[in-house]
Amino acid sequence: MAATNVNPTRMELTKLKRKLVTARRGHKLLKDKRDELMRQFLEMVRENKALREKVEAGIGSANRNFALARSLMSDEAVRVAFMAPKQKVSLEVDTKNIMSVDVPLYSFQTRTNDSNDIYSYGFAFTSADLDDAVKELSDILPDMLKLAETEKSCQLLAAEIEKTRRRVNALEHVMIPNMEESIKFITMKLDENERSSQSRLMKVKDMMLEEAHHYTEKAANTPVVTEEV
Amino acid sequence: MYKIAVMGDWDSIYGFSALGLDTFRVEDNNAEQAVALLKKISASEYEVIYITEALAAAIPEEIEKYRTLPRPAIILIPGISGNTGEGLAAVKKSVEQAVGSDIIFGNN
Repeated sequence: MAATNVNPTRMELTKLKRKLVTARRGHKLLKDKRDELMRQFLEMVRENKALREKVEAGIGSANRNFALARSLMSDEAVRVAFMAPKQKVSLEVDTKNIMSVDVPLYSFQTRTNDSNDIYSYGFAFTSADLDDAVKELSDILPDMLKLAETEKSCQLLAAEIEKTRRRVNALEHVMIPNMEESIKFITMKLDENERSSQSRLMKVKDMMLEEAHHYTEKAANTPVVTEEV
Repeated sequence: MYKIAVMGDWDSIYGFSALGLDTFRVEDNNAEQAVALLKKISASEYEVIYITEALAAAIPEEIEKYRTLPRPAIILIPGISGNTGEGLAAVKKSVEQAVGSDIIFGNN
């Protein structure tokens, strides 16, 4: 244990006591941080789950429509249809600070405002299922971005929570008990030293008095009468 | 100004090109090609990268590396071959990492 390799000095004791106070305060702060992170995380992860289910359902149904369209069109025709996309999406990234974790906030802008610009092909030679599929994908895009935002936030928060939890546990179960034990060890040792020097002093005093007054000699020579001074 | 990328086999991703997202083809879940491509695009201005579950399953270590980095966000999406549940498993993993056990998804 740590208690055995500390110097039992008063200086060490003061230092340890100060350290213990800091450790206790740090432990409390980290515990609060962990609890708040956990609360935020649970909220976010529920949202994440709901969004993911929604997005997966949306993409799934879009994919079914794509499959239908593919069955009616040749590979080349599909390739040609998607060769030159009209629309362009650009992303703005902002960050939000949750308990010192920077989580991203995404917002997107399309190059044109026309909602029909998602169709990069003429309607004459393509299947109507293709239009449905593209429309469905386009409808799910905002949710996809929201999903990206929450999922990334969840991942970052999870990593931070794990780190914080480890720190809290290290302080609670290792650092603080070790310090308490060291402090106890030093106090005991100092008390013991104190007592031993006290008894040594008493002994020395006795010896010196003996030398000065020769009590034992006098007691031997004189008859037993109570001496009054 | 950042961009959004979609990675996967052509059948799963071509629809996204119509919306204006940048698509990157990786056929047959080619792990080597996917790793190289992911490195390249995550180093450039792509902030969000959607990747099909099938392709992600081929390069789990690579995906794992980006989990704790602040950017980019790598998000799994179901491909044309259907939903493998890989994406929800990733969310579940976050919960397990944070809480210690899965308390959101129950027994599924």
